[in-house]
Amino acid sequence: MNWIAIGSISDIPRRGARCVATPEGKIAVFRTQDDQVYAIDDHCPHRGGPLSQGIVHGTAVTCPLHNWVISLETGKALGADEGAVRTIPVRVEGERLFIALEALASRAA
Amino acid sequence: MSERLVIIGNGMAPGRMLEHLLEQAPGRYTVTIFNAEPRVNYDRIMLSPVLSGEKAYEEIIIHGDGWYIANNITLYKGHKIVTIDRSAKTVTSDHGVTEPYDKLVIATGSVPFIIPVPGHDLPGVLTYRDLDDVQAMMLAAQSRAKAVVIGGGLLGLEAAAGLNAQGMDVTVLHVMPTLMERQLDPAAGYLLQRAVEQRGIKVITKANTQAITGNGKVGQVELADGTIIPATLVVMAVGIRPNSALAKQAGIAVNRGIVVDAGMRSNDPDIYALGECAEVNGQVYGLVAPLYEMARVTASQLAGNEAAAFVHMDTPTKLKVTGIDLFSLGDFAEGEDRQEIVLRDAAAGVYKRLVLKDDRIIGTVLYGETADGAWFNDLKKKQTDISEMRDTLIFGQSYQGSAPLDPMAAVAALPDDAEICGCNGVCKGKITGAITGKGLTSLDDVRAHTKASASCGSCTGLVEKLMVLTIGDKYNPAAVQPMCGCTTLGHDEVRRLIIAKGLKTIPAVMQELEWTTSCGCAKCRPALNYYLVCDWPDEYADDYQSRFINERVHANIQKDGTYSVVPRMWGGVTNAAELRAIADVVDKFEIPMVKVTGGQRIDMLGIRKEDLPAVWADLGQAGFVSGHAYAKGLRTVKTCVGSDWCRFGTQDSTGFGVRIEKFMWGSWTPAKVKMAVSGCPRNCAEATCKDVGVICVDSGYEIHFAGAAGLDIKGTEVLGLVKTEDEALAHIVALTQMYREQGRYLERIYKWAKRIGIPEIKRQIMDDGDKRKAYYERFVFSQKFAQVDPWSERVSGKDKHEFRPMASVGFAQAAE
Repeated sequence: MNWIAIGSISDIPRRGARCVATPEGKIAVFRTQDDQVYAIDDHCPHRGGPLSQGIVHGTAVTCPLHNWVISLETGKALGADEGAVRTIPVRVEGERLFIALEALASRAA
Repeated sequence: MSERLVIIGNGMAPGRMLEHLLEQAPGRYTVTIFNAEPRVNYDRIMLSPVLSGEKAYEEIIIHGDGWYIANNITLYKGHKIVTIDRSAKTVTSDHGVTEPYDKLVIATGSVPFIIPVPGHDLPGVLTYRDLDDVQAMMLAAQSRAKAVVIGGGLLGLEAAAGLNAQGMDVTVLHVMPTLMERQLDPAAGYLLQRAVEQRGIKVITKANTQAITGNGKVGQVELADGTIIPATLVVMAVGIRPNSALAKQAGIAVNRGIVVDAGMRSNDPDIYALGECAEVNGQVYGLVAPLYEMARVTASQLAGNEAAAFVHMDTPTKLKVTGIDLFSLGDFAEGEDRQEIVLRDAAAGVYKRLVLKDDRIIGTVLYGETADGAWFNDLKKKQTDISEMRDTLIFGQSYQGSAPLDPMAAVAALPDDAEICGCNGVCKGKITGAITGKGLTSLDDVRAHTKASASCGSCTGLVEKLMVLTIGDKYNPAAVQPMCGCTTLGHDEVRRLIIAKGLKTIPAVMQELEWTTSCGCAKCRPALNYYLVCDWPDEYADDYQSRFINERVHANIQKDGTYSVVPRMWGGVTNAAELRAIADVVDKFEIPMVKVTGGQRIDMLGIRKEDLPAVWADLGQAGFVSGHAYAKGLRTVKTCVGSDWCRFGTQDSTGFGVRIEKFMWGSWTPAKVKMAVSGCPRNCAEATCKDVGVICVDSGYEIHFAGAAGLDIKGTEVLGLVKTEDEALAHIVALTQMYREQGRYLERIYKWAKRIGIPEIKRQIMDDGDKRKAYYERFVFSQKFAQVDPWSERVSGKDKHEFRPMASVGFAQAAE
């Protein structure tokens, strides 16, 4: 698997997210209260809201547009809503963050 | 012709007696009550939460004035009975009212015991008995000075915790080696002392008070060992004694209390006594459960049932200090014929001890974890042989049987006659019977019909579980709607506890109020962030990660993920330079849509997030600041042109609108606040559907509030008319601050006003000058920290990370 460096964990606020721009659209990279890092497409399965702008709680994010709650672990909508976004493998090496590029390529293919 | 019943005293015991009597023998008596306190019947058990600020007096009233009127009862408030004439069968009050009786009930309660040390009568020495004492303590606490509480029993510790919550530096003096020694064994007393000390309350045991000294008022307390403790307030809480002086003077038999038989009748057959002043079978009582039992017996006797009799009962003791759970019951002294089972869990701060005799429980002390108290109480009362379950007994009911039971099953397993509410002596069967028999669906209904959980409230959880067991999903706990799924507390309770416990961070709130999730959810976090911003403006660090995206990036997110930007136009007034700057920004950033808003300003839509800081930089150059069009805060103040231009204008509505907006911009509120000022009653600024509106008239300024023109449409209510612009501003600011302090997050002013009541708001803002001034000053103080333009902060680099991606990847490959 091809890992691409995207920056440092300290670039992302706790209970917050940053975006990574890719040719196929943005990826949202989240950091939880306890420093776990997750990456999912920055595109809510409901109406395409930017998940990176939502409020992060536990290992979930609430979409800013219509309050869907998406699991950062599985990419699936929680509660009564149904839908899912792609999850992207993340690796934390010390401070540095990597995401899996092949996963990007496979989507482009 | 009905008989005349006169009651001396209006505490909880006679109040309860009247409820029973009105039910059993309605209309039999014409009732007159003399109350030495100048008020109605309230829940004395809840004085401690009032002292700590967790409850208000209004919330602990048992019978409001309306109850006395509805039941045709004459209540003389502030009348102390000074003589009982038994031959003429009359009583006379200190205000000279003489009332004849056929039956007389004496319920004079108790008086606090005062240690007769030198200085016990200095100003600043208080007791802890009634609402007057609590109010005096709260007043003294405002000084934030030092207090000494003499007495480390139930009342003393509750007083100490309350004063501590009010910000005083408190020392508890206790004459015995451990706290609450009558209810707790030394081990539990030690744990309690540690918990009390962790709250910042000092505890000195084996403390023998020798004198209270000071220059004309309390200055210090001196102990027998020479220790000197400075204090401006001394609370004596060393015990009570029955208040039987009046009965004694009337020649009624008195020992420690007024001597009565099991039917609560004194040696004068027409005179009864009940409550703390009564002595039955050589015992006097101070806890509410036996007093309520006396009330039941007295009512039955008065209703004609001469068989009703009082039987001695043991009552569990509970301490009403938020965060300290303890339970004690029965006899726990050591003895050769006794065995004990002890469980200690130091890490969790749990201590449990059961004292057994002949395989039966005779005493229980629980500290830190008290849920099984009801079950142990039941085993004790029924004298159940526990030899079979001895090994697991201490772990509680849920460990009995093969598999551990969940708490719900534990409640389900309780027998019908298990006591649920200790204060009111209500058993499980009575509660479930009332729920099914009367079709009850809310906690308040159950309280009203059974009294369970209606006094100290510590059994509320059990009662709720019973409701779920009995009616399942039909139970609607929404009497108090929880803030969200992370807590069972409602908004109001959370707000009160934030203040009462001095909680100043979101993690502190979640820890202390026992949130069920690790870091909340998208509903509670923004609410808590607002409450903390509002309540601790100078100390709380705003948590941007708990704000909705619009308030985090200070622009409005649109459906395609772009943003809209609305600069402030004070009072809707603008000029050529501002308009030119806006036009330049629109061209430079190719902003696709420009629109005039309903609030008299200009909205630029479709701005990319990355461009926001540059857009703000250009707008800032022209003097614009954020219009907060995204905020739960002050948005616009709409105006008409007023007396400057309009031939009908009565006042300078434009100027006043600008002044309000400049005074109040930047303030956060529970929900958005939109205002307007119209220069005459033609109301061109449409002030009468705003959150706050002003209609200028010749004689001054008519202030309106609580309008709505969104999901709901509602005309405003009139707050009042004031003469000058300064007064109008002061009233509007005070009103807004009252709403800021009391509103639930996302609750607009009109909904808040409906909940609080328009008359109450008018009373506090229009009629109570001191309140209004205090609200005004708190708003002004908070504005010192709130009036910072968020746009220029971000132009200077704050929260840079919000506006640009952390990386761009994959583009090089795509180009190849």
